[in-house]
This record gives sequence, C-alpha cells and structure tokens, in this order.
Amino acid sequence: MYRFNPYRDQLVIQKLSDHFPDVVQFHERSSDMLCVTVGNEFIHDLLLFLRNDADLQFNFLTTLCGMHYPETNQLGVVYHLHSFVNNHRIRIKTATDQEQATVPTITTIWPAANWMEREAYDFFGIIFDGHPNLKRILNMDDMTDFPLRKDFPLEDQTREDKDDSMFGR
Amino acid sequence: MAQQFNTGYWAKDIVSSEEHKEYNILNVGPTHPATHGVFQNVMLMDGEFIVETEQTIGYIHRAFEKIAERRPFYQITPLTDRLNYCSSPLNNMGWHMTVEKLLGIETSKRVDYLRIIVMELARIADHLICNSVIGVDSGALTGFTYLFQSREFIYEIYEEICGSRLTTNMGRIGGFERNFSDKAWDKIRYFLKTYPAHLQEFENLLSRNRIFMDRTINVGAFPADRALAYGFTGPNLRACGVDYDVRVMNPYCSYEDFDFIIPIGQNGDTYDRFMVRQEEMKQSLHIIQQALDKLDKIPDKETFYAADPRFVLPPKEKVYNNMEALIWHFKIVMGETDIPVGEVYHSIEAANGELGFYLVSDGGRTPSRLHFRRPCFIYYQAYPEMVTGNMLSDAVLTMSSMNVIAGELDA
Repeated sequence: MYRFNPYRDQLVIQKLSDHFPDVVQFHERSSDMLCVTVGNEFIHDLLLFLRNDADLQFNFLTTLCGMHYPETNQLGVVYHLHSFVNNHRIRIKTATDQEQATVPTITTIWPAANWMEREAYDFFGIIFDGHPNLKRILNMDDMTDFPLRKDFPLEDQTREDKDDSMFGR
Repeated sequence: MAQQFNTGYWAKDIVSSEEHKEYNILNVGPTHPATHGVFQNVMLMDGEFIVETEQTIGYIHRAFEKIAERRPFYQITPLTDRLNYCSSPLNNMGWHMTVEKLLGIETSKRVDYLRIIVMELARIADHLICNSVIGVDSGALTGFTYLFQSREFIYEIYEEICGSRLTTNMGRIGGFERNFSDKAWDKIRYFLKTYPAHLQEFENLLSRNRIFMDRTINVGAFPADRALAYGFTGPNLRACGVDYDVRVMNPYCSYEDFDFIIPIGQNGDTYDRFMVRQEEMKQSLHIIQQALDKLDKIPDKETFYAADPRFVLPPKEKVYNNMEALIWHFKIVMGETDIPVGEVYHSIEAANGELGFYLVSDGGRTPSRLHFRRPCFIYYQAYPEMVTGNMLSDAVLTMSSMNVIAGELDA
C-alpha cells in the first residue's frame, strides 16, 4: 500500500503556495495522494518547477491522461508525478473549456509526454500547444469524433432491443 | 555512384541528399515475422542503416478505457487480461487491488501470499517468453523450444487455479474465487523443483555464447537519464542501471515481507535487458519459495478471500438454499454493490514495468473514468531514438528485448 507522507505533502503545499500564489488549489478528496489543481496556463511552469526544485525533485512523469467533465462543459488533464529520490507521488489536475481546449505541452520537460498527449488529443480533443507532432495515435486518422468524451455513445444508438434504463449508466 | 531517380513512380520513395547518397524507405510491418505483434515502422534506410523511423500503432486498439465506463467493476477484469496477454494474472491482480484500495478492503496475509505466488509465476512466464524470443531473433531457436515446456507448465498451474490458461480472469476483488487445490500445490512445488535446471540450461546456451554476445552487447543501448525522461520502468529501466521497482518502492500485497534482490544492468543494451530478466526469474522463484514457507507457517488453510466479501460470490449451494446468499449473489452480478466516491491510483510491478490504474468513481456501478498506465505504450516511443544509426537486424533485436506487447501498447 502507498504510505501517505504528510511531511512531504506539506512541503509541496508550502513551496507551491510561495511560488504560485493564488493559482494553485489543494484538495485531498478521499484521495490516496496529494491532489493539486491549477489553471491550464500555469501547468507548464508548475511542472517544470516541481521537476527542478532541489527539495521536491519530481523527476518522473508516471502518467498523463485526459478527462471530460460534461456537467461543467470542461475537459481536463491529470498528471501523476513521482519523485524517485523522495519516493513521493502527487497528482496534478488542470481543466479547460471544452470549446477552446488548449493546454501547454510538457514534451519539453519529459519526452515521455509525447504519446500520452497525443492519446489525450486523440480521445478528448485537447489541443496541446507547442506539441511537435499532435495527431491521432490509436484511432484512425480520418476520425472526426473524440471517443472518450461522455457524449460519444459506446453502443450503436439505433438498436431498440436493449433497455439499459434500469441499470445505471 | 547511385543512379538518381527524380521523376515517375519511384520518386516519392527515394530521397536524395547532397552527398549523392540514396535513401530508401522500408516498411517493417504491420505484420512481419520479426515483430511478434502488429507494429508498423516506416524506416528511412541508408543501405542497411536506419536514418529515421516512424512508428504507427493502434492496429489492435479495442477502446478498453471506453468500454470500462460501461462495465461493472468485476467485468473489467477480462479487459485487463487482454492488456499484456503474456502475464494476464498480473494485470488481474493489479485491477483487483485497485478496487480494494478504493473500497478500503483489507486482505489477509494468506490471500496476499497466494496472490504473490500467482503474480511471480506470471512474471516468470512473461520474462521467459521475452528472453527466449530474443534468442529466436538472434538466430537461436533451440532455447525457445526448451523453455516453452516450462511456460506450458505454468499455464497448467493457472488452469488448476482458475480454469483458464491465457486470458485467465483469475481471482476476484478481495481474493480468489476458490482455494488452491492439492494438485495446484503439487504442481507449484514441482515447478519450483524443476524450473531452475531448465532455466540454467537455457542460460548456458546463450549468456556466454560468443555469437549471442556479439549480436546483443551494445545493441540498442540507452542511457539512464534518457530512459527516465522517456518514462521507462521495469526491466528496461533496471537494465540502464536505475533500481526502481514498485514492489520495493511502494510495497503492495505484503511484498515488504519478502527478501529479494533487484537486479540491475549497466549499459541498458539488449544483453543487459536479457540478463536482468534472467536474474529476475531466479528472484521470482526465490519469492515463491518464501511465500510457500510463510504459508506453511500460517495455520489457516481455508481463507482465500477477504473478510469483506463485497465482490466475492457466495458458494453455489448457499445461493440455492439461503435467501441472504441469493440476494448477495444477485447484487454482485447486477453491479449493485455500494461504491464510494473517490479516485485512486494504484500501480503494481507488472512484467514490463509499472502498470498503473487510475480509477475515478462517482459512486455509480461503473467507473466514471479508468485510465491504464501501460508501460509498453510509454517506453515504446523511445524506439526511434534507440535504433537510429543502428542496422535493421539490430532494430529487430532491440524491439524484442524491449518486450513490446501489442495488446498492452494499443489497449
């Protein structure tokens, strides 16, 4: 099991509050690790700071994935960072408007983000500003939909023989 | 001097440079005997050397993340089978533990040790395929045929435990569907007794073999800092000299009770990756032996699921004769178990590296979002950097030593 590390979490909170006042929110929402929410225009600077800071040293981008929040009409990106030096993980979230979904790329910080950002573009339509090769990766090139958005139907909507209304989603 | 083709049908395939060199474009894949899966690489070749390569992936994309948004939690296990299909039980256990983390289910030590036995068997099966295929790609088919007997035996153990072999769908959220049979124990013990000799025989064929060493040493070498920047995990990262292992860094499933070594390499080349996997198999055997010893010391021989069986189906005879058991069975099957709102990230050390599950639950019967951190997908993007400047035959070996599994790559 992942061990919660309040000391290191507190250090991250303090450092980020000093360097990015008013743009960073912290919340732990029944979560297994510290979760930080930040505006999409600051995400590149914040991640670069987290990687380069001598005390924090988040040197490893574990994963990056897109999110869709249909109730607020927003698209989001969730980053998981891991500091091998301190064995500390944090989660960073950012959200952007669905019509103008633009997030700065972090391929300049971690080249590993290249395909992960392409995947998020492919499935959610999030434009990563400054990405070297932003095109679809797993789906075919001439697809026009973004299939992981909640409004994209999983099943054939013309079928009439199934009634899922009794079974939740 | 090479003849210049500037017009006509061929022109688009031949790129001429100032030095009067002639580059050819070579399509390796999508289906090619040397790629062991559906991968396409469009390579710009200068003779036999690779100048540039562009990968195309997604040929077996099956939209698991989307499908998972419509499936109750226990129905997602079969999807995880098909990620890295060479070691399905590892993926199954990783998914079960993710849900247990969300639900706050504590499993007993006996369940943890049973899981560790299965997970380490799966790791051996995966590394065994990868290493014997490195041998095949360098021209040595014999080792492959020797080791596949052992893989067959591991699949027989799976069969004894859960009834299926390749896509296992093994275990339940909270434990296992049934206790290990006596036959399964016999087979595990027999495997532990016989496998080291098979492995040693295989290693003797290759590890100090001059031809094999010439083919693999310094082929596809990758420095540790680039490997970290590219998000390498697992044996590929350890071959570069970074001792990152999730089992030690963030122990799950009682791995902290076990004593084992994380083997590391130095150069991050094909030979190091081969040797790291080879050593890891021996360490896995060591872990299984320890788990058996620990299980012998536990007096309880019957517990095979957690005390909190929110997802474990009751026994059939109870379902037919007991009202509560019938209701409980119905609730599990129809996905009516109470799920808390929350989000968790859980990662395990799968055969290829850190396999992560990012699960967001809004309290419904299905995940609101499920993201798989697939190690293959992340490290395969370094492939162009690893093979550029090398020969085509080395690129084939590099790919097989990275152990890129198409199912995990494309989800």
